[in-house]
This record gives sequence, structure tokens and C-alpha cells, in this order.
Amino acid sequence: MFNRDRWKEILEVLSSNVFRTLATSFGVGWGIFILIILLAAGKGLENGIRADFGDIATNTMFMWSRNTTISYKGLPKGRRFSFKLEDVQAINDKVPNLRFISPRNQLGGFGSGNNVVRGLKTGAFNVYGDYPEIIRQEPMTITSGRFVNQNDIEDKRKIAVIGDGVQNELYDQGETVIGTYIKIQGVNFMVVGTYQKKDSGGGEEGQKEIYVPFTAFSQAFNMGNDVGWMAITANDGSSISELKEKIVGVVKENRKIHPDDKRAVGYFDLYEQFNRVESLFGALRWVAYFVGVLVLLSGIIGVSNIMLIVIKERTKEIGIRRALGEAPWSIKKQILMESIFLTIISGMIGIIFGAAFIYGVNAVLDSVGPVDMFINPSVSLGVVVSALVILIFSGLLAGFIPAQSAIKIRPIEALRTE
Amino acid sequence: MIQIKDLHKSYKMGKNSLHVLKGINFNVEEGELVAIMGSSGSGKSTLLNILGMLDSSDSGEYILDNVPIKDLNETKAARYRNKFLGFVFQSFNLINYKSAAENVALPLYYQKVPRKERQEKALKYLEQVGLKEWAGHLPSELSGGQKQRVAIARALAAEPKVLLADEPTGALDSKTSYEVMDLIQKINDAGNTILIVTHEPDIADMCKRIVHLKDGVIIEDKKIEQVRAEQYV
Ligand SMILES: Nc1ncnc2c1ncn2[C@@H]1O[C@H](COP(=O)(O)OP(=O)(O)OP(=O)(O)O)[C@@H](O)[C@H]1O
Ligand SMILES: [Mg+2]
Repeated sequence: MFNRDRWKEILEVLSSNVFRTLATSFGVGWGIFILIILLAAGKGLENGIRADFGDIATNTMFMWSRNTTISYKGLPKGRRFSFKLEDVQAINDKVPNLRFISPRNQLGGFGSGNNVVRGLKTGAFNVYGDYPEIIRQEPMTITSGRFVNQNDIEDKRKIAVIGDGVQNELYDQGETVIGTYIKIQGVNFMVVGTYQKKDSGGGEEGQKEIYVPFTAFSQAFNMGNDVGWMAITANDGSSISELKEKIVGVVKENRKIHPDDKRAVGYFDLYEQFNRVESLFGALRWVAYFVGVLVLLSGIIGVSNIMLIVIKERTKEIGIRRALGEAPWSIKKQILMESIFLTIISGMIGIIFGAAFIYGVNAVLDSVGPVDMFINPSVSLGVVVSALVILIFSGLLAGFIPAQSAIKIRPIEALRTE
Repeated sequence: MIQIKDLHKSYKMGKNSLHVLKGINFNVEEGELVAIMGSSGSGKSTLLNILGMLDSSDSGEYILDNVPIKDLNETKAARYRNKFLGFVFQSFNLINYKSAAENVALPLYYQKVPRKERQEKALKYLEQVGLKEWAGHLPSELSGGQKQRVAIARALAAEPKVLLADEPTGALDSKTSYEVMDLIQKINDAGNTILIVTHEPDIADMCKRIVHLKDGVIIEDKKIEQVRAEQYV
């Protein structure tokens, strides 16, 4: 493999007809170029759509209560019910592989009136009673102070973390926020932190939220043990989509809801949505590989063809070598190596041009600003490595038939050709 | 060194088959210099190619240096050729993009001789054929006689048991032919066994034995008094 004489010979052969070598390489280089570009474009689209999902822990479901539609155990249908804190515990006990269960209670919401007051300023905001884990399920950036923590929960501290939008409406520019009080439906909460959410489709709404400890919320607004809403995230190894039936089942049993009552518990499976998009990316990657490999295939056929011609031209030489005692496999190896070398070199050129092209596209994207659903098209090292593997394989493939034909002809016949 | 018994060979062309060798029997001892003569188409090259394991016979026995040569696959044939045989062709058959020294070193490369030793040996044999100064030249820069001398050096490089030459002087003028024959005689003097196919009686007379082929059989096989080529050079 790393034999100097072999390499010398490969270079001699390939450089003996530079134009032909270049023309041959073009096919393979072009194929890899197309493959890289397609994969990068797919990646760009993927990045764009992923950005829309934000950093949300995607293996998550959201669950809320509705009215029952089937009467059960003497309870009428159409009954309004609410999750309880025991349900959270029960889910925790009975369903394995869950990472977080965050119960939430909520005030305000779409279309409701002003519920928060600070001095003379008032505003209508969503107010959430939450557990600290929620920040992992609905990521936000803490811009000052801190988020709700476990001590706040245990001590039922009346503290609040407010969004940018809340700050803009209730505070003057440059005013200190941390340590001040806001009044939520008549109850004073001390602001301990501010956050900013990535724009994830919610627009301004996401910034106009107030987070307070779940326990303090329940106490202040007389929720008792009620839980309005839950965000449940599964461990990385398991899928929430598979666990959700069980979770809903536990809750139904606890709340005395008929097992067949499909409407009583509402939920949204983020993971399923995400997977749908994921499988679209997968399909896109397939298309890219498919098209790229087809183009590459025509390049390979080109290389194979040229190698056949080269071998025809070298028939006599091969005859001489065999008369001098070169073993057939050695000739075969030589031709395969020539072919692999040629494909790898041309493939590398394709990769380099592809990378330069992507770099150029990124530069343009950067300068014209963000384009919808298309961010940072790129190819990973993994793609380059797999492209190289494909190339080596292609080289083998391209060289195989010529190599076979080179040793098929008997030395005596090879010597006779002129 | 060489024992051949009842060797037959025919070429099939479609339905017809051409019986070229019709039972050849002959032995060659170590150190002989044999000329194989005969009219065109008498099967001289065919015989030499079978001796050289470049072609196979249909029937008959061939023993080379006490090794029976039969049922060879290509890999084995290549190894035997490399070990036992040196070839000299009418059309020289040098590899045109390799220098004289590289051409000579080629059989040694197939024997996996280390690079440095290969180069030394190649130079040694080029010196023996009087072309040391031409070591770095490509075949295209050499005259016909020089090319054939390089080819002879190449055939010698692997130190074969037998040297097979198919009309080695066929493409050369008479003066150069004698130079080449002089070289072949000297190599033979050193103890090498050599078989030469030739048309030319004067070349045949420079050997020690003449085998005459006609219509696929040996019609004459005689030892002769060798004419030294030296005197014509
Ligand atoms: N590959 C082949 N296929 C068919 N016929 C062949 C083949 N090689 C040789 N022959 C025939 O076999 C016969 C002997 O050929 P060969 O080459 O041995 O003759 P030769 O004695 O070397 O002749 P020359 O002196 O012209 O070189 C010829 O009639 C030739 O046409
Ligand atoms: Mg002949």
C-alpha cells in the first residue's frame, strides 16, 4: 500500500495523459460536489426548522383537564374536574423513565383583563405558578437575578420572575427591577429575576409572562391542591409518546374518569410533532444521498471507462510485466489503487469546491440577514468522512472491472498486441 | 535442464483446429546454447512460448530444472517465470516510461528485492552489457542494439536458469546483431543455458547446437562448432 514504487507508477500513469485524467476526475468531483451541496442545503433547512423549535426539551407532553364526556362510578358526564397534586405524585410513582413532571397553575391568559399592578401602572399578563424544572422544558434566558428555585417552593415565597415585556410595561427605562414589588390580583410578589425567551413563534406574548413558585401561587390564589396543567418530560432513552397512554391512564383512574373517555384529559405531544419533522429531515437526507450517489455513479462509470481504455493501451505492457513474473493480483492491485487514487483526488477536489461554495452561501446569508427556515447550511465532518468512504468504495467499484479485464487476457496474447 | 516429451499444441479457430506442434521431443543440458530454426509458421515461437510458460501445451511432458511444469495457475506461472526464466523479445519490449535501470530492476521488484539492492544489481547488469552510462535514459533515447542489450540485462537480472530469446536480432542490422550475439555468447560462457529462435543461419552458427523445426516436428538436431561473434565486432 505504501510502496514507493507503486505510487511512483500510479503518478506516472496518471500524469502521462493529464487532460484525460482531469476530464475523468471531473465526473467524480462533480458528483461529490452535488452530494455535499444537497446535504448542506438539507442541513440548512433542518437548522432553520430546528431553530423554530428552540431549545425546548422535545421529549415532552403537555396535559390539561377538560370536561368528562362519559358518566362513571355514579358521577355525571360533563363534570368539570381538576388535576390534584396527588396525581403528580401518582404519575411519579407509577410511570417509569420520566425526567420532569412540572405541575402548573395559571392566571390571566388570552383576552383577560388587567391583573397586575405596580404603582400607577397596570397590565394584563399570564401568571404561572411553576416548579423550577419548567425552565428546562420551556427554556428561557435569565437576564438578571435568578429563576424560581426549590427553596422558594418549600417556603412558599412570594417571589416573581418577569419577562421583558412585563418589565417594559411596568417599569421606566433604566429603573431597578430586582427587589421591587408587583401586585398580582392584589397579592404582593417581590421580583427576583427577569428573563427573555427565544422567539419561538409566540412573538411578544412569550415575553409577557410572570413566573412565581407553584406553592406560593396555590396559597395566594386559593388553589388548594388543584393543578391546572402539567408539562412532563421523559428520559432521553425513552419516548414520551410511548408513555403518554400510561400517564393519562393514571390520571383518569385518580380522577374517577371512565377509561374510554378520550376527551376528558387534553394533551399535546410535542415529541410526536417533532418526530414528524425529524422524519422529514431524514427523507430529505435520503433524497440528497440518492441524487448525489446517482450523479456520483455516472462519474464512477466514467472512471471505469477511462480505466478500461488505459488498460487497453497498456495491454502490451501488462503482458511484458507478466512475462517478467508479476503476479496477476499485483497487477489487479495496481489498477485498483490507480482507480481509488483518481476517485479520491477528484472527490477531494469536489469536497473542497463544495465546502467553498457553502462557505460562500453562508457569507451571503450573513450579509443579507436571516432567511426564513434556512440557517447555516453546513456539512459535518461525519458527512465528509462518509463521502470519503463512498469514494474509496467507488474507486474500488470503478477499478474492479478494468482490473479484472487486465488479468483476464493471457500474457501471450497481451504480448502479441501492438 | 529442460526435458520435453511428445509435446503437442494446436490452435483452435472456430471449427478448424491448426495442429502446430506435433510431438516434440528434446532435452537441453545446463550450459547449452541452442538455436531453434525453421521456416516461418513452423511453430518456433509457439514452442518457445510453451517453454516460457506464457502458453500451455495440449499434451506432453515438460520438466524444467527437475520441476514438472503442468496445471499452472497464473499466479504460479508468474512465479516460475520470474524464478526460472529470462525473456528476450524481437521487439525488445521495454517499458517505455521507465528508465533503462528501472526496466532492468523490474524482475527484481517482483521478487520483492529491497529497493537499494535492486538498483545496485540493475547497474551491475547494465555494466555487464556495457550500458552503465545509459542507466537513467528512457528506451526512446536508445538505439535498437542498446535497447536489446537493456532487455538482455533485464532478462539476466533475476538470475534465471534459462534464457529464452525469440529472434533477438530480428530487428537489428548485422553489425549490431553480432554485438548482441557476442554478449549472448559471453553470458553462455559464464554457464547460462540459452535458447534462441532465429531465421538467420549466421546467427544460428554462433550457437553450439541447432534444432530444426518443420511442420511441427524436429527434423534435425545437431551440435556444431561455435562461430565466435567477437571477430565480427
Ligand atoms: N494465437 C494463435 N492463434 C491461432 N494460430 C496461431 C496463433 N499463434 C500462432 N498461430 C499459428 O501457428 C503457426 C505457428 O506459429 P509460430 O508463431 O509458432 O510460428 P514461427 O515459427 O514462430 O513463425 P515466424 O518465423 O514467422 O515467427 C502459424 O501457422 C500461426 O499462424
Ligand atoms: Mg516466431
